[in-house]
Amino acid sequence: MSTENTGISREDFVRIEKKDGVATLWLDRKGEKMNVVNPGLINMMAGVFEELENDNEVKAVVLISGKKDFIAGADINAFKAEKEGDFQPISRKGHEILARIAASKKPVVAAIHGTAYGLGVELPLACHARICSDHKSTKLALPEVKLGLLPGGGGTQRLPKLVGLQASLDMMLTGKNIFAFPAKRMGLVDDVVNKNKLHQSAVALAKRIAEGKWTRPKRKKKFVQWFLDDTGIGRNIVFSQARKTVARMTQGNYPAVPEIINCVEIGLKKGNKAGYEAEVIKFEKLMLGQVSKELINIFHVMTDKKKNPWAEVSKKTNTIALLGAGFMGAGIAEVSIFNDMDIFMKDISQDMITDARKLIWKSISTKMKRRIYSKADAQEVMGRVRGQLDYADFDKVDIVIEAVPEKMDLKKAIIKEVEGVARPDTIFATNTSALSITEMSKAAARPENVIGMHYFSPVPKMPLLEIIRTDKTADWVIGTCYEAGVRQGKTVIVVKDGPGFYANRILAPYLNEAMLMLEEGAEVADVDRAMTKAGYPVGPFKVMDEVGLDVGAHVMTGDMIDVVKEREGVKVATGLLDMFKAGYLGRKNKKGYYLYHPKTGKRLKGNPDVYQYFGGKPRTKFDPTEIQQRCLMQMLNEAVMCLEEGIIAAPVDGDVGAVFGLGFPPFTGGPFRYIDAVGAKAVVDIMEGLMGKFGPKFRPAKMLKEKAEKGERFHG
Amino acid sequence: MNRKVVVVDGARTPFLRSGTDYMDLMSWQLGQYAIKGLLTKTGVEPDKIDGVIMGTVISNLRTSNVSRESAVTAGIPSRVPCDTVTMACISANRAIANGYDRIVSGQADLIVAGGVDNTSDTPISFRKEMQKKLFNAQKLRGFGDMLKFLFTLRIKDFLPERPRVAEYITNRTMGQDCENLTGAYAVGRKEQDEFAVNSHHKAHAAAEAGHLNDVVEVALPPKFRPLNRDNGVRGDSALEKLSKLRPAFDKKYGTLTAANSSFLTDGAAAVLLAEEEKAKELGLKAKARIVDYVFTGQDLDDELLLGPAYSTYRLLQKTGMKLEDFDVIEMHEAFAGQVLANLKCLASAEWAQSKLGYDQAVGEIPREKLNNWGGSLSIGHPFGATGARLVTMAANRLHAEGGKYALIASCAAGAHGHAMILEKI
Repeated sequence: MSTENTGISREDFVRIEKKDGVATLWLDRKGEKMNVVNPGLINMMAGVFEELENDNEVKAVVLISGKKDFIAGADINAFKAEKEGDFQPISRKGHEILARIAASKKPVVAAIHGTAYGLGVELPLACHARICSDHKSTKLALPEVKLGLLPGGGGTQRLPKLVGLQASLDMMLTGKNIFAFPAKRMGLVDDVVNKNKLHQSAVALAKRIAEGKWTRPKRKKKFVQWFLDDTGIGRNIVFSQARKTVARMTQGNYPAVPEIINCVEIGLKKGNKAGYEAEVIKFEKLMLGQVSKELINIFHVMTDKKKNPWAEVSKKTNTIALLGAGFMGAGIAEVSIFNDMDIFMKDISQDMITDARKLIWKSISTKMKRRIYSKADAQEVMGRVRGQLDYADFDKVDIVIEAVPEKMDLKKAIIKEVEGVARPDTIFATNTSALSITEMSKAAARPENVIGMHYFSPVPKMPLLEIIRTDKTADWVIGTCYEAGVRQGKTVIVVKDGPGFYANRILAPYLNEAMLMLEEGAEVADVDRAMTKAGYPVGPFKVMDEVGLDVGAHVMTGDMIDVVKEREGVKVATGLLDMFKAGYLGRKNKKGYYLYHPKTGKRLKGNPDVYQYFGGKPRTKFDPTEIQQRCLMQMLNEAVMCLEEGIIAAPVDGDVGAVFGLGFPPFTGGPFRYIDAVGAKAVVDIMEGLMGKFGPKFRPAKMLKEKAEKGERFHG
Repeated sequence: MNRKVVVVDGARTPFLRSGTDYMDLMSWQLGQYAIKGLLTKTGVEPDKIDGVIMGTVISNLRTSNVSRESAVTAGIPSRVPCDTVTMACISANRAIANGYDRIVSGQADLIVAGGVDNTSDTPISFRKEMQKKLFNAQKLRGFGDMLKFLFTLRIKDFLPERPRVAEYITNRTMGQDCENLTGAYAVGRKEQDEFAVNSHHKAHAAAEAGHLNDVVEVALPPKFRPLNRDNGVRGDSALEKLSKLRPAFDKKYGTLTAANSSFLTDGAAAVLLAEEEKAKELGLKAKARIVDYVFTGQDLDDELLLGPAYSTYRLLQKTGMKLEDFDVIEMHEAFAGQVLANLKCLASAEWAQSKLGYDQAVGEIPREKLNNWGGSLSIGHPFGATGARLVTMAANRLHAEGGKYALIASCAAGAHGHAMILEKI
C-alpha cells in the first residue's frame, strides 16, 4: 500500500511483525543509516495505526527501531515553510496522529535504543509506556531549542505531565542528552533493560498493559518538588524564575526559549487543547524567523564539516604526543582518549603530568557517576594516557602537539629534538596562538610535516579546531590532522598561516576597540553588558579574564599586532600589557578586569583599579549601540580582510571559526552571514559613519566595499 | 616449515611489596598496565595479536580468567581469545611456553604472554563449615528460617581463613621446605645473607643504570602519584643488619629469615612473542629467539625447590648445550637458600650420579653470570608474573652485556621446575 502524495511505500519505512496479539513496528528506513521523521513517515503512521486499531488480532503495539539508533529527529530539509500558514496543517496532522496513538485502546510501547532526538522522544511520549536500553549510546533529548525551535510534536505538553514541570523545562530549554538511568529516575522511561532484551521486554510490557496487569508506579516526590511542580503558586514561581534566568542568558536573542516556557504555561493553565494550539502557532512562527534559519544552517555546516576534504590522503592517528601537560594539554588528552587515541604526555615537570591526569580523571569520574562508563571502561580510558619526562618511544607517535611556552627559539629547538626521535612521517603540530608557523618550520628538516593545531580553551567544551597550514605543509598532513580533529569531536577549519591565523586575528581588533573605549572613559561592565546583549556569550573583558591576561598580552605583542599597528589611524591600547606587568592574570589569580570573591572565586563587579591603566579618566556612560557597533565592525572588517588575503578559503570557514571559536553570535550565522543578512551596503554605511567619528581605523575593507557596490552577497 | 619464536620485548609494572600502593587494586588492573605498556613499547597493532595467555596464582573468583579482563582493558580487541594458566611460581613461564607452542604449531603468529598477581587482593574465605552453612542459607525463606539459621552460627564460624603459602599434600610451607633443603645441602646462614645482600645491591645498581627499562610507569587514580620503581629493592642492604634477623620459619635452628627469602609482591609482567618471519614483516624488532624449554617435576618431600637443577640438566641434555655456552643466567630467587642449594647440586658429581644417573657434574654456574641485575629476592616476586620478568631481563641482559645465549631456570611450589634457553638476535 502506498501512502498518499508521497509515492513512497510503507515497506520503505517500517516492517510490521505480528505475533501472539502484539504487533511490532520496526522502524527501518530503507537505504538510510538513520530513521528520521518526515511528512511521508507521519502519513504512513496514520495509516498503520488506523489499520492496527481495526485489527482484532492485535491487542498491543510495540514501536522499535531496526537501526542502531531509534529516531534521530526530524528531517529538517523535508519540512519547509515559506509563509505563515504553510506549516500549521503539517503540525496539526502530526498532533492528530500522536493524539490518536495516545488515545488508542490498544497500548503502544516505545522501545528505545540509541539516539532518540526531537520527535524521537515526542513520539514515545505519546505512547502508553517507554522502555529503553541501558547501552551508553542510548540518549534522549529535545534539542529543538538549539535549532531555534520548540518541541513541536506535543513535547511541551506531554513532557511536563510525565516528568514534572522543572525537569521538563530543564530538558527542553537546554536540549541536553538524558542517558538511560537518569531517564528512568526522572520518569521519562518506565524501564531500562539490556539492548538485546529490549524487544522481548517491550512485547511483554505491552501484553501486560493490554491485560490490565500494569499501571505506572507512582513516583514519590519530595515536598519542595511537589510544591514547585504541582501547585499553582509553586508553578508560578518556577515560571517566573525560568523567565528571569533565560532572559539573562539569552538577552532576548533566542525567541524559542521564552516560547517554550509560554507553551508549557498555556498548557498547564488553560488546558491541553490551548497548549497544543499554541505549540502549532509558535512553532511555525519560530520556523519562519531568521534565528532558526541561521541556527539550522549552522547545524548543516557542522555536519558538512565532519567530512574530511583530504580523506583520501589521510592516515589514521593512533597515538598523539603532547608536549606540555598544562590545562590545554589535559584538555586535548581528554578528547583524544575518549575517542580511542593513545596519549603520550610529556612535560618537564612530573607534577604537571599528575595534575593533568587528575583533571582528566575528574571528567572520567563524571561519566562513571552517570553510569556511562563502568569501572573497567574508566580504567581502560585512563590507561590510554602515558606520562613521561623524556622522549621515550616517540617513534610510535603519529602526531606531536606542542603546547610549550610561546617562545620561538624554544619551539624551534623542540622541533629539532622531536625530529631526532620521531619517525619521518610523524607530524609536528604546534598549538601556538600567535607565533608564525612558517618561521617555526624553518627549523625543521621536514617542514612539510609542520602544521598548526590551534585548540581553544577549555578544549573539551570549545568546539573549534583551527588547523593552520604553511605553504610547505603536505596535504596528507592536513588531512591526518583534520581526521584526528573530527574524531576528537571538533569542528575543523583549515586556514593559511598568517599573524593571528583567523580566530585570534579577528579577535584582536575587537578586544583592542573595547580597551580603547576604556581609555575614552567607558566602564568595564557596560562594555561587556552591551556585547552580551548583542549575542556574544561573554563580553570582551570577561573573555580576557577567562583566557588569562598573560595570553592576552602575548597576543597583543605578537606579529598580529605589528600588522595592525601599521594601519592608518590605528591605535593599540597598552593597558592590557601594563596590567599584565602589574601582575594581573585574570581569573587565574583572581585579579583582572573584574573583582573575584577571594574564596569562591565567583566573579563580582568590575574592578575600578584597572582604569589607571586606561587613562584614569572619570567614567562616563557609553551608548550601548555604539559599543556594539564599534566592536562588531572591527571584527567584521578583519574577517573580510582575512578572506581577501586568503587566510580563510571561503566565507563559511570564517563563519564557523567565529561562531565556534569566539562565540560570535550564533543566531547571526557568523560574520559573513551577518553581513549578507544586513546587506554589505548597510555595513559599509555604519562603518563610514564610525569613520567620520573615530577615524580611518573603520575604513571598510576593499572586498566589503566591492560587495556593497555590486550589491553582492558573500555566500552565493 | 620451520617456525621460530622470538621475544620482541617485555614490559612490567613496578613490583611492589604486598599491601603498599597496589592495595586497592584487583589483579586484572595490574595486568592491564603491563599489557598496555607492552603494546605501547613495541608499537604492535593490537589487532595483530592472536592470543593472550597470562599466568596467575592467587585467583580472584570474580576474574578467574584474569587474562581476559587485563587484555580487553589494555585495548586488545575482544575477538582475541585470552586464557589464564597456573603453575605456581612458574605460571608466567608456562604462559610463555604455551605461547611458544602455539606459534611453532602455526596456531598463532603473535602472542602476548605473561602473568599477574596481586597478593594484596587475596580473597579471604570462610572455613568449610561456614561455607556450608552459607550455601544452605541461600534457600532460606521467611523470617523463621532466618532466625533458625542465625542460631546455628558460632563465633568461630566468622574467623576468616587466609590461604597459606603451603603445599597441600605435605602441609609444609615453602619456607619450611627450603629450611630442609638448606639442611640437606649444607647451605649456611651467612652464605644466604650474602647472596641476599648482593641481590639487593645488584638490583639497585641496575635500576640506577637504567637497565630496568622494562618497567612501565603506573599512576593510580585519584592521586596519580607516578610509580616507576620496584619498592622492595634496598640499595643500602648490609650483611651486618641481615645477620641480626631472627629465623622466620624454624625459630630454633633455622637459617632462613625474612631478608634472605623473597617477600610477598604485587605486580604484572608480559612479553610479546612472535613468529620470526611475521615479526620482520610487521617491522617488529625482536630481542631474542627462544631456543627450547623444559618443565620437570620432582619429589614433593625432598626436592620441592630443586626445579632449576633438574630442569637445567634436562634442557642441556635435550639441546646438547653445556653450561659454559651461556653468557647470561637468570635463576628465580624464591630463597637465597634455594638458589645456593641448586648451584651446589649442579656442581656436584655425586648429586648427578645419585639423582640423575649421570656420570659427571652438570656444571658450575659462574656467579658473575648469575642474576646480574638482581632477582626475586630484591626486585620482588609476584608469583604469576616473575617468569615474564625473567625472560625480559635475560633478553635485555644479552643486549646490554653482549652475550649470545641465556639460560632461565626456576622452581615452583608443587615441586616443579622450568628452564628455557634464549638466543640473542
